[in-house]
Amino acid sequence: MLTIKMKKGSPHVDKIFKIIALAAATYVLVIIAMIVINLVTGSAPVWQKEGISFLTGSDWNSVEDRESYGAFPYIMGTLVNAGIAMLIAVPLSFGIGMFLSELSPKLLRTPLAMVIELLAAIPSVVYGLWGLLVFRAYIQDWIETPLHNLFGDQSIIFAGTPFGLDILTASIILAIMIIPTIASISKEIMLAVPNSQREAAYMLGATKWEAFRLAVLPYSKSGLIGATILGLGRAVGETMAVTMLIGNATGAAAIPTSLFQPGQTLATIMANEFAEASQGGLHLAALVGIGLILFIMAFVINVVAHLLVAKVVKSHEGAVLA
Amino acid sequence: MITPEQRAEFRKHFRYNVGRRLVLDKIVKGVVFSCVIVAIVPLVAILVNVFSNGAAALTWNFLTEIPGAVGSDDPGGIGPAIQGTMVLIGMSSLIGVPVGVMGGIFLSEYGNNRYGRTVRFFNDVLAEFPTIVIGVFAFVLIVLTVGNFSVWAGSFALSIVMLPIIMRTTEESLKLVPVTYREAGHALGIRRYRVIFTIVLSSAKNGLVTGILLAVARIAGETAPLVFTILGSSQFISDLNGPIDALPLRIWRLSSLPYDSAVTQGWGAAFILIIMVLSINIGVRYIFLRNKEKTFLKFKKMGVAS
Repeated sequence: MLTIKMKKGSPHVDKIFKIIALAAATYVLVIIAMIVINLVTGSAPVWQKEGISFLTGSDWNSVEDRESYGAFPYIMGTLVNAGIAMLIAVPLSFGIGMFLSELSPKLLRTPLAMVIELLAAIPSVVYGLWGLLVFRAYIQDWIETPLHNLFGDQSIIFAGTPFGLDILTASIILAIMIIPTIASISKEIMLAVPNSQREAAYMLGATKWEAFRLAVLPYSKSGLIGATILGLGRAVGETMAVTMLIGNATGAAAIPTSLFQPGQTLATIMANEFAEASQGGLHLAALVGIGLILFIMAFVINVVAHLLVAKVVKSHEGAVLA
Repeated sequence: MITPEQRAEFRKHFRYNVGRRLVLDKIVKGVVFSCVIVAIVPLVAILVNVFSNGAAALTWNFLTEIPGAVGSDDPGGIGPAIQGTMVLIGMSSLIGVPVGVMGGIFLSEYGNNRYGRTVRFFNDVLAEFPTIVIGVFAFVLIVLTVGNFSVWAGSFALSIVMLPIIMRTTEESLKLVPVTYREAGHALGIRRYRVIFTIVLSSAKNGLVTGILLAVARIAGETAPLVFTILGSSQFISDLNGPIDALPLRIWRLSSLPYDSAVTQGWGAAFILIIMVLSINIGVRYIFLRNKEKTFLKFKKMGVAS
């Protein structure tokens, strides 16, 4: 005879399990809310003292009794640094995406994609170390010095003695770091374009490049924009490698004008000055305030990127980014 | 409808200038291929430099001893940093893994509604947050309140970094388990939580383990959140309530010292760190490529496995 043994237990146990799972999922929302609250309360003193000039001012002085904080140079530094990195990384990444999705032999595709993705696995601080000890010398000797000799101090963007620890070097390292992000997402987006699109173009006698331009690019446009913005989000928040290479100017001197000039970004000023700030002081509140600005920037960028990428996924049905 | 003018234009595009178009095609192919080369060169250069310079630093003392006094003849070792990284990985996994897995279970099993979509969205956003902001948050929340830098604060910060990764990979691997498995369990009268634990989780365990390993590889190299939370130290860990050292933090400190011995040690520490991170990444890939596992391909598409 068949007997079914059922363990006796509370009938509520399923409900309790669901509540635990719900709590774990809610934890994410709680953490984000707490990040906002803590950054706002932690930076309150500096907003009270500086008001809006914390965003627009460019003084940065932590000497007691003469304290004055303005984040404007660092906001500009972040934008310029990330902007230059994007200028380098985006075309390269789209090229890599195109090679992997359109041109690469099937056998090569997986190992090549894997190598590109390993670039993303290397810790930021190792990029920084390599940049500082190896890469910097090459940049200084092979790119900066010739450019400086060619254009000299007359031009604004190449002014200043090339030293290697400057905005250009930091931007190039940053570009190397965000290429894998943009490249692997854009590869997936291009692969999601139905083959019938390409075949239609080939039927008309298009070459590979024409098929890509006429059939693949228009189809994947918004996904590629999303990938770019995701890369921008990474670039804005990247800290260690940039800290080690950007040269760390402070105050008005950090407003970027020349490529060969030391700069400072929102993330790097926090990492650099944190050790000097005394607990409970205005300096610390200013650094937390910088964190709040960076948080808002990164939040907006990422929300926009995820909405764009999600739209592509929905309209293409095939799960590009899940 | 295509007008005759358009048709004429298409013809012009595709039928004439064949030679020129083919040349352009070749040029584009060349440019695109060189993009790939340009991206691979830094990887090769970093690996060659780290391996050749780092291997020179490796001795038994280097791996086990505490750092010597700054600038002294005896550079000491990075023992506390290795130990600290291990402790941090273990402690942040204590928070990050259970919460992440349970959250992933919620998203996959109960998350097909508005709330689930909201959590999923913010989880994705959290995964891309600048980690330094998370460090500042942990600093304000724990270090300022308690009054000292501690292992707890560092582990809390790192657990926030690993949480979204684990949650997303758990959800994706659970979703790959066929619904029929769950239905079979329910048909036997098994409670839902037992179905999830004994049937769904065990079918998806490869994906789960992959997600956790990738999250560990990610936090092993994180520096920015640690600057604000564990401060760094040159002693072995004695108290969870005090500062400790970690490999990435040690590399950063060593890189700013002007001594040759510090530079050598920096390369050595980078060598250890890169071996840890890359062996996890390559190992996971190797196993899953060999098994042609669907889960991993899905992770890759999500951009988690990087």
